[in-house]
Amino acid sequence: MKHYLVLRVIAKLLIPFMLLFALYVQFHGDFGPGGGFQAGTIAAAAVIFYALIYGLPNARKVMPSWLVEAMIASGVLLYAGVGIAGILLGGNFLDYFVLSADPVAGQHRGIFWVEAGVAITVSGVMLKVFYMFAGRGRDEAE
Amino acid sequence: MISAHLPALQVALPLIAAPLMVLVRRGGIAYGMMLAVAWISLLISLLLAQQVADHGPISYHLGSWAPPWGIEYRVDALSAFVLVLVSLAAAAVVPYSRRSVEAEVSREQHYLFYAMFALCLTGLLGITITGDAFNIFVFLEVSSLSTYVLIALGRDRRALTAAYQYLIMGTIGATFIVIGVGLLYLMTGSLNLVDIAQRLPDVAERRPVLAALAFLTVGISLKLALFPLHLWLPNAYTYAPSSISAFLAATATKVSVYVLIRFYYSVFGETLVFKELPVPLVLLALSLAAMFIASFAALYQENLKRLFAYSSVAQIGYITLGLSLDSVGGLSAAIVHLFNHALAKGALFMLLGGIMLRTGGVSLHCVCGLARRMPLTTFGIVIAGLSLIGVPGTAGFVSKWALITAALEAGLWWLVLLIVASSLLAVAYVWRFVEAAYLRAPAPEATEKIEAPWSMLVPAWVLVALSVYLGFDTRFTLGGATRAAQMLFGAGG
Amino acid sequence: MSAAGHFAYWVTIFLLMAGLYILIARGNLIKKLVGMSIFQTSVYLLYIAPGKLIGGTAPIFAEQFKVYSNPLPHVLILTAIVVGVATLALGLALVVRIREAYDTIEEDEILALDDKLEREKE
Repeated sequence: MKHYLVLRVIAKLLIPFMLLFALYVQFHGDFGPGGGFQAGTIAAAAVIFYALIYGLPNARKVMPSWLVEAMIASGVLLYAGVGIAGILLGGNFLDYFVLSADPVAGQHRGIFWVEAGVAITVSGVMLKVFYMFAGRGRDEAE
Repeated sequence: MISAHLPALQVALPLIAAPLMVLVRRGGIAYGMMLAVAWISLLISLLLAQQVADHGPISYHLGSWAPPWGIEYRVDALSAFVLVLVSLAAAAVVPYSRRSVEAEVSREQHYLFYAMFALCLTGLLGITITGDAFNIFVFLEVSSLSTYVLIALGRDRRALTAAYQYLIMGTIGATFIVIGVGLLYLMTGSLNLVDIAQRLPDVAERRPVLAALAFLTVGISLKLALFPLHLWLPNAYTYAPSSISAFLAATATKVSVYVLIRFYYSVFGETLVFKELPVPLVLLALSLAAMFIASFAALYQENLKRLFAYSSVAQIGYITLGLSLDSVGGLSAAIVHLFNHALAKGALFMLLGGIMLRTGGVSLHCVCGLARRMPLTTFGIVIAGLSLIGVPGTAGFVSKWALITAALEAGLWWLVLLIVASSLLAVAYVWRFVEAAYLRAPAPEATEKIEAPWSMLVPAWVLVALSVYLGFDTRFTLGGATRAAQMLFGAGG
Repeated sequence: MSAAGHFAYWVTIFLLMAGLYILIARGNLIKKLVGMSIFQTSVYLLYIAPGKLIGGTAPIFAEQFKVYSNPLPHVLILTAIVVGVATLALGLALVVRIREAYDTIEEDEILALDDKLEREKE
């Protein structure tokens, strides 16, 4: 891959924009099409793109396997934590109304954290799947 | 304050435990967490059953959105009963898993094993507790996907093909269920089970509703391994790790039966399914085929796990037979057999896991003369086997008796003969084990005692003892099942 | 409604049957998964197509819009898509492991290998 100078330069240029686009989709989810699933996938795609151009070992230096696994778990925990917070604040499970003094603001806050959890888990899972398939047969050889 | 949130915690607790296990990455800690989760789940389900018995059905609104807009968790007599069954199976299997997992799963995968186990439990409890049709599908997939992974963790390479086969069949089943739910949604505009049931009578166009019923029936039947859709089951149970065989045998198909009962009685209504359509006839024929063909297949198996897996298919036949009778008696026989069969099968597979651990295999020639070497294990298998046959004094007798009474009520005396005849087949296949373990001599060099470790024996014997105890005290099982059946008929009729 | 009005349903049924056929008729484990994906995709269409109103927009209230599409099927199908992706990933992972264990991904060859093993044991 060392010789494909054009690919490497373009990848370096594109990846920041891909990550930015992921953030845009994430936060635009409040007002239009978008949200955690899409944003997480786009963010994972940026890392996968990096891995395709610069090789899997380099990508693993950026996003180590333990971090990916921790992302999968912590996203779910964040989601469930919002649910438990609803109970602790006197509402039902996953009750966003009680998360803030103003119910509408509470809904906003709840969906914000839930979507953040979704995005973290989805990008973690996507990367995990990619690492598993791409690294298969390679890990033993190293 | 906490008692109001029990329905949510029932599902949320194992769901939260799973990612925590992944975060700590230690098999030992994950085991401890799983143990705590399983026992607290059992406690919660018992408390819920108590609440339902005292105050009637519980409705819990997730996110405080009132149904039919929000997702509702609904616990009534039937779901409380199944919740107790699932969490009881988990509470018994988890302490058992420690030794069996150490022997069968490589060390660095232990925490993932328990995380998957927790997700599987989440899914099964979620299916049972939710009152939302699409939510059933989501939880079904949560439990199914984790089940495929757990089966693939088996040591034999055939575990992989078994898991693949189950994945394909299970996905077809789940997709059929989504199609059924989708058609219902298109016709009624609602996903809440109670709300769908209220709106269905007003639907003018009948054909999509009937198509939905057909899709749901086939899809759920795949999941519950109704003959002839049972092909995934023998391999999956045979090659999965022992504790997973035991947990699945006790819960997975049972929860699917619950879903079938739920859709038939609480959504479509008894009149449509059983009076206007030939569903009972089809169910009756398939149940009889399962009872006989699967029992005959069990007679010819060399591998004991596979033998009892075929026997599971036959026993599911009894459950659907009870359903097909379409009476309070038949339905309560089906529900009580869910519970009693789960106890016996769970115990059997757990004890077989002990034999697997000590002798390295569970084929019939491995167990020759084993009664002298593993007396407690073999005796436990015999008692659980007696419960499968339905010998008086065991829980199996209670459910067979209820089934026979229901058949007589319906005036089907020939059915009674067939039930007794298929029980004789169960005698035959259980006898094959007894003959090998008690009457044949062990290999001359193998005489020392190799009883399974206590941590595996005690949970299995708890289930065996429960099988005997519930043969005498039927207040919870038969009483609970009858209450559930009366409730379903009250709601449907 | 005419047959053309049911266009989305015809496509759904075609995809459904095509996927199911591949799933049953093919012995190659990867092709089976392809069939499974097509089979699941048909369901996405079944849900999404009736939710779309011609001329309707995303249900975000604004002055100039009067007609909105039903967003619920999209949310449901987003979930179903995620489930489908997870199933596909797991299925492919199993195929990778099967190929490592058996050195083939043809169903009949795997069955033959298992049979041979069984006979050697006896």
